Amino acid sequence: MDYSNILSKKVQSLEFSGIRKFFDIAASVKDVISLSVGEPDFKSPWEVRKEAVHILEQGRTSYTANAGLMELRKVISDYLYKRIHIRYDPEHQLVVTVGGSEAIDLAIRALTDSGDEVLVPQPSFVCYAPIVKLANGVPVPIETKEEDNFKLTAEALKAHITPRTKALVLPYPNNPTGAVMRKAELEAIADVLRGTDIIVISDEIYSELTYGREKHISIAEIDGMEERTIVINGFSKAYAMTGWRLGFAAAPKEIITQMLKIHQYAIMSSPTVSQYAAIVAMTECDKDIEYMRTEYDMRRRLIVDGVRKLGLECFEPEGAFYIFPSIKSTGMTSQEFCEKLVQSYKVAVVPGDAFGPCGEGYIRISYAYSLEHIMTALERMKHFLEESKQ
Amino acid sequence: MNVKEQIINILRQDARISNERIAVMLDVTPKEVEKMIEELEDDGIIIGYTAITNDEKQDKNFVCALIDVKVSPQASCGYDGVADKIAAYREVSSVYLMSGGYDLSVTIKGRNLREVAMFVTERLAPLDGVISTTTHFILHRYKEKDKMFTRDTDERSLVSP
Repeated sequence: MDYSNILSKKVQSLEFSGIRKFFDIAASVKDVISLSVGEPDFKSPWEVRKEAVHILEQGRTSYTANAGLMELRKVISDYLYKRIHIRYDPEHQLVVTVGGSEAIDLAIRALTDSGDEVLVPQPSFVCYAPIVKLANGVPVPIETKEEDNFKLTAEALKAHITPRTKALVLPYPNNPTGAVMRKAELEAIADVLRGTDIIVISDEIYSELTYGREKHISIAEIDGMEERTIVINGFSKAYAMTGWRLGFAAAPKEIITQMLKIHQYAIMSSPTVSQYAAIVAMTECDKDIEYMRTEYDMRRRLIVDGVRKLGLECFEPEGAFYIFPSIKSTGMTSQEFCEKLVQSYKVAVVPGDAFGPCGEGYIRISYAYSLEHIMTALERMKHFLEESKQ
Repeated sequence: MNVKEQIINILRQDARISNERIAVMLDVTPKEVEKMIEELEDDGIIIGYTAITNDEKQDKNFVCALIDVKVSPQASCGYDGVADKIAAYREVSSVYLMSGGYDLSVTIKGRNLREVAMFVTERLAPLDGVISTTTHFILHRYKEKDKMFTRDTDERSLVSP
């Protein structure tokens, strides 16, 4: 059979993500030290794991309501009120999803008709553009620049808006750059969007990992933005619960109603055990968040300092657990750099162009690793850089 | 958490880390780190730096025991007199005053069972104020001072989004 004639042309035209491709290369080398993962090195808090066992023992293994357990939605509503000062109605304005990823998918699909444009600042997480394409929309990348600290500027946003613009993905704190949008910068974006029909898909999955004195702020908090913003967050990064696959979206009732339809047909309901455990995470595990954030923050300073001492320029990240140093001074492309590094010194870091063409000339290094692990990897990178200078 | 508390946390994880590195991690100068560590030492908050060793790997001929000791407190100094005497022995690695069914918990290390037995019968039990002792031998250690004796394996994928 010629499957290429059978399978969807649209799906076949999608490429596997650059991360996936690089994984295949790294996996072929033995004894690699990786600085490439996008998930916490901490285990989920013990209380959360214990609750899951308890729920299984009680045999609570059936579906939940489509939108998720009401008790969990109430807890999420309280959490959002505490963090971003907006009271979302658990009945109509929240949906519990299979990871933040599903929430992104729902949001894009609920908004996009054929030919609609969705603005995607890059470098950014790999899923936005492919999901837009699957929804027959047109992803429109907006390049963010190191000189702007990889933040989205009002000027760049304006320059990309057309009559077909449906939505703006706002992925901050950002994977892979670690950039964060602070209040003034969000105000500037809001000034452009107020009075338009453009919806913001604010992917705030790394919100708890915001460093420095100012806490995370959501664009939904800015005047006039709540009605045009879908806030997406989840348990993966904040509570080190990646494998539980649990996230959520909060938005005006009209939007959630449509998203819920897709969720209902595609997913039914998010994993039940995870939902019960997530209630415990949000009610009892603030101390774990604090502990992990403090740890990441120390590693962040150390790795930025370490990489700069290797002679690489490195923008100071303010969120998530990545740094995004420039490797332009080596004369290599991101792909060359990463392939050589993994093959000769067995350190895996992700080429920046995996996060959009404008990520070329950069690499993403994750610091979701122990200090010892990070220092060993940096030591190897030092030898690699010295050797490649000769 | 203030900077001193953070320094303590870092040193508890790795006491051999350099002041320069701590300084970077906490966004202060190495001089400040040095000064704060000196203060912590002077104030008796940091009382020493030791290695956590897996003796089972290094030295097969030793045995550790936890000894529950019942003590009659003395009028002048309560439990401190007896506790100080016990703590002074080189074989003793820790002494704690406990709530519950006995008073002092003593950890000792000897080369073999006989040596531990001798210590209990000849040194510990005859001490003035010691009423009784119960000796528990440690069979295997899993975790000490926040460190696991077996390393956790990283089950995460090599590269992930």
